[in-house]
Amino acid sequence: MPAVVKDHLSLVRSQQGAASSAVSLKSITCSFSTPKGGTYTAVKDICLDVGEAEFVSVVGPTGCGKSTILNSIAGLLQPTSGTVEVFGKPLQGINRDAGYMFQADALMPWRTAYDNVVAGLQFRGTEPEEMKHLGHQWLDRVGLGRFADRYPHQMSGGMRKRVAMAQMLILNPKIILMDEPFSALDVQTRQLMENELLALWSANRRSAVFITHDLEEAIAMSDRVVVLSAGPASHIMAEFEITLSRPRDVAEIRMTPEFLDLHHQIWATMRDEVMKGYQQSQQG
Amino acid sequence: MSSSASTRAAGVAQPAISYKARIRLYQLALLIGLFLFWGITTHYGILPSFFFGEPIPVLQQVFDWFSGTAIYMHLGITLLETLLAFVIGAVLAMIVGLWLGLNDLASAVADPYIKAMNAMPRVILAPIFAVWFGLGIWSKVALGITLVFFIVFFNVYQGVREVSPTLVANARMLGASRKQLIRSVYLPSATSWVFSSLHTSVGMAFVGAVVGEYLGSARGMGYLIHQAEGVFDINTVLAGILVLTIFALILDGLVTLVESKLHGWRPVADHSGH
Ligand SMILES: Nc1ncnc2c1ncn2[C@@H]1O[C@H](COP(=O)(O)OP(=O)(O)O)[C@@H](O)[C@H]1O
Ligand SMILES: [Mg+2]
Repeated sequence: MPAVVKDHLSLVRSQQGAASSAVSLKSITCSFSTPKGGTYTAVKDICLDVGEAEFVSVVGPTGCGKSTILNSIAGLLQPTSGTVEVFGKPLQGINRDAGYMFQADALMPWRTAYDNVVAGLQFRGTEPEEMKHLGHQWLDRVGLGRFADRYPHQMSGGMRKRVAMAQMLILNPKIILMDEPFSALDVQTRQLMENELLALWSANRRSAVFITHDLEEAIAMSDRVVVLSAGPASHIMAEFEITLSRPRDVAEIRMTPEFLDLHHQIWATMRDEVMKGYQQSQQG
Repeated sequence: MSSSASTRAAGVAQPAISYKARIRLYQLALLIGLFLFWGITTHYGILPSFFFGEPIPVLQQVFDWFSGTAIYMHLGITLLETLLAFVIGAVLAMIVGLWLGLNDLASAVADPYIKAMNAMPRVILAPIFAVWFGLGIWSKVALGITLVFFIVFFNVYQGVREVSPTLVANARMLGASRKQLIRSVYLPSATSWVFSSLHTSVGMAFVGAVVGEYLGSARGMGYLIHQAEGVFDINTVLAGILVLTIFALILDGLVTLVESKLHGWRPVADHSGH
């Protein structure tokens, strides 16, 4: 049996391993004020630990608060209550250990592929020589060596995602945050990108939090899948350890019996929540 | 304009070149037709040539001007005033637009004043500028600045306000300080909005220069026209207007050229100011 199903409240490892976690969410709640003057609680009492070199996926129905959780880890959003700890220290302001890959296009349209990739190095005041070397190295790594001078509008969606990936990874972040990074791509491009990301991640193992609404993607990529309930006030319903061997090919692994078995189990937990989320979106 | 024309051309399934040539032909025919109509009606006294001028003397005047040297000086002055008004007005507007765009309190405080100044018919300031800055080029430049400023300002302000939050968040995650954020995200974004209003603002700088000259100066195209009007020389007035129009068209063409040079990063036929 490849999976170990656990109730997240009794997750012993996260309590013991607090010192070795890269990210630790201690009961965070995020509320927003609504236009009508009330408050809307997106997520409530979220406890989550991400170990060093661990790849964690967070799945849940649309609008349940996945981006909200990721933004709190990034330090772009201050939780209403609870604390975010990064390598054991409470997070204040922007998370300097994290790289973030956004769901929407976030490349600067007035910069070429190369200038976008080295943006972070520029902000940090890296030496020009080193910047040039690293910039071209990373463009090559994501297969865009020949497209250094292209502007974002001259690239396909997949190429833009590659630039965004290089832009994030060139800074060698200790924690990688990704918010449905490939959801806008067609299935073939998407699987290609997933494999590339896994290859880059395996070459230099970092902690990763990967947001998706696609359960198959989550299982294929991760060491652990965290399932969120439908909002409002969504919470973590269950966590699943994914023990499929690496290196993985995301297209092939979907055919293995272990994968199907896992998918079956997790889907059984998620189905009701997805239906609930769907009905809410129909009413809203 | 040109894009809708070319889609229509595609619909007819004809080679675009012959369609374009036909348009040019009609345009030329229309121009000749208008001049003919003007020439015939004034020649036979249907329209009084004292008020409407006559095409041959008008063209003769234009020819005489460009055979001489004075016209180049007048045109040069008008061009210089236009350029100064545009550059100074645009830079001021960029600074103020960026500052107010990034500063909620300041922009809330300044809001009614900006609305008032924008609503005011600013051409009326010309006599005041003449008193302040004299009859030289600077009173014209000042008028041009007041006209250019608001167009560019509103565009920059809008540009700063509508920068994609994802773009800002991404730059922050990449480690940009506030200063770097302004330089590498807000400023380029605002600049792109300035470019989208380039045609309008350069045109306005030109209007400021000519109107300023017209209302009081000793040089420039507006001055030439005003002189001729003083002695009821309608043909020279019309010749001046003709030269100004052609000049404005050339200026607009130059703007298009500059635009395409500087705008490699933007797909063509994006939001343009008109
Ligand atoms: N800045 C905000 N202001 C108000 N409501 C917000 C804000 N950000 C998110 N929300 C609400 O919180 C909920 C969760 O949003 P989000 O985290 O983006 O969901 P997901 O990423 O899972 O689709 C949604 O109902 C959304 O409307
Ligand atoms: Mg989201």
